[in-house]
Amino acid sequence: MVPEYYLVIKMKESIIMKIHYGTALGAVALVAVHILMRLSQKFSDSLQYQNVLANYHFLPYALMLEVILILLSVHGFNGLRVILLELKQGVAYERAINYGSIVAMIVLVAYGSRTILMAGMGLS
Amino acid sequence: MATVEVPKEQKVEPTTPAPAPSKPKTITLRISRFNPSEHAETKFEEFKIPVQKWTTVLEAILYVKQSLDHSVAVRYSCRQASCGSCGMKINGKPRLACYTKVSELESNVITVEPMNNFPIIRDLAVDFKQLFSTHKKMKPFIINEESEVQPGTKEFVQTPKDLEKFLQFSYCIKCGLCNSACPTMATDKSFIGPQGLAQAYRYTADNRDQGKKDRLKIVDQSHGIWRCHFAGSCSDVCPKGVDPAMAIQLLRGYMLGFRK
Repeated sequence: MVPEYYLVIKMKESIIMKIHYGTALGAVALVAVHILMRLSQKFSDSLQYQNVLANYHFLPYALMLEVILILLSVHGFNGLRVILLELKQGVAYERAINYGSIVAMIVLVAYGSRTILMAGMGLS
Repeated sequence: MATVEVPKEQKVEPTTPAPAPSKPKTITLRISRFNPSEHAETKFEEFKIPVQKWTTVLEAILYVKQSLDHSVAVRYSCRQASCGSCGMKINGKPRLACYTKVSELESNVITVEPMNNFPIIRDLAVDFKQLFSTHKKMKPFIINEESEVQPGTKEFVQTPKDLEKFLQFSYCIKCGLCNSACPTMATDKSFIGPQGLAQAYRYTADNRDQGKKDRLKIVDQSHGIWRCHFAGSCSDVCPKGVDPAMAIQLLRGYMLGFRK
């Protein structure tokens, strides 16, 4: 029997979807800032190695990149979860999809954070 | 005997003779045949049917049953779009057979198939078990502890504005056409479906009802209200003018806190 009201970690679907919509709005706003920052100088110059590294060394910008990473990971993997739930049904399958999405989300955020951290500390 | 002169302009012109009844047109009715106990595959059988401009698709199917092949399975009852029994796919679109005239289809070949997203019992008859069970889960009744009218109590007052909030959704005849047209239902067999969600809204929006919390909990699940993609095909096919797609969006308003 498919759990009726609650999903993984007892979270209501409406809460998950509020997070989904919220992360979408947040990501659109911050990615817009991220793109506008490319325009603060010549676009090709903004993507030069030293300029990119400088972004990571500037703490507020590195924090913004971290937030974008979290927003897009949460939104993207939840979207994928929804698509996969619609594709096929079944208790074991749905459980695997729900937990798999959370694990994938955490792995991606961890890996991305590691990159941001290492670049910020000049370890790359 | 005095004669009465009729003024010239009032003289009655000889009427033109009534046109002779038009010869019935003949169309080809292609009926999907499937019997789970006998055949592995669906096949189409063709029948030549004489039709008039007022002939409905249901009448054409019944002509086949009466005169050509009595084994065609079809569910019908009221013949006036009230009972919701004769839903089927007619030339690819879910419609009520009793409410669809052959002439409005503007084709000499009419193909009738069972509705999508329902298990087929036989030929054109589909199983409504899931539709009715989901409808029942939505608690399709007014939940109000004070619903028993005692002597001296007054009826619940409802303004036309209150009524307008849900009236169109109470016209649902449970024909299943909306569920048949729903693209989400095609892949997600556990999805509540537009019929159930529209009924959840119908009772939630009723100001006499106190069961909002219960119903919102029922639709707030992984195969509930959030799986609607707002394709709108449910509203497009409803024969009673109900707009389930709108009901779903309004119900989401309750869940997101835009509506109280």
